[in-house]
Amino acid sequence: MAFGGPKRGGPGGARGKDAKDKDAKGGQRRGGGFFRRRKVCKFCADKIDDINYKDVKLLSGFVPERGKVLPRRISGTCAKHQRGLRVAIVRARQLALLPYAAD
Amino acid sequence: MSKRTYELIYVMKPDAPETEVAEMHKQVADIVERMGGTLDKTDTWGRRKLAYEIGHQKEGFYVLEVISGSGEMMKEIDRRLKVTEGLLRHLIVRVDESTIKAERMRSKRTEESRRRRIARGLPPDRQPGEGPQGEDGDDSGDMMFDVADMEN
Repeated sequence: MAFGGPKRGGPGGARGKDAKDKDAKGGQRRGGGFFRRRKVCKFCADKIDDINYKDVKLLSGFVPERGKVLPRRISGTCAKHQRGLRVAIVRARQLALLPYAAD
Repeated sequence: MSKRTYELIYVMKPDAPETEVAEMHKQVADIVERMGGTLDKTDTWGRRKLAYEIGHQKEGFYVLEVISGSGEMMKEIDRRLKVTEGLLRHLIVRVDESTIKAERMRSKRTEESRRRRIARGLPPDRQPGEGPQGEDGDDSGDMMFDVADMEN
């Protein structure tokens, strides 16, 4: 395993809070030779066809602390499902199920 | 007239007495009945913490209604809800199309998995105790990224 480089998604699979800001840089080490777990779209993997705005538990996993929508490059969600996810989050926000912004 | 299915969610002030909640429900039901729709389901979620404050309220009383009927009817309900006091939020979403779409996706997937299983010489449906694979038996051993860890 290469030294130094931000390690992403180790075998254990648990990603701590601090992993978030490292992720953006992690992509630059492409072909660096260390193992990186392939990201899979959660909705494809779990076969969730209808991303429902009422399912706060599911959606909140894609809304980090700040209240923004988790980008695709981090969550690994496919384009199609990210679109549906966005709509669901926007709806949930209207009903105050999810925050617009949080400090 | 085409019949469509809608979901209506409204959020009332948490200090609203029970009668007021019932009154609200009755108002909706009346409009639905008058305009020839049907109220399919009512689900009272009850008090819930709001993700952000609305008019100094920190909690809301959520009610979900599933209604079938015309668009004009929903327009009327929407208009009425807009002028109703004691209501923090409401949202109307048309759901019939997305339900059909999801249904279609699901049936397509089972069909596909059956086809593949037959091609592999297996019975078309999964047998009990066949292993921990996903329902359509494709061998993507890759675990997905655990989003729950990102939360907070």
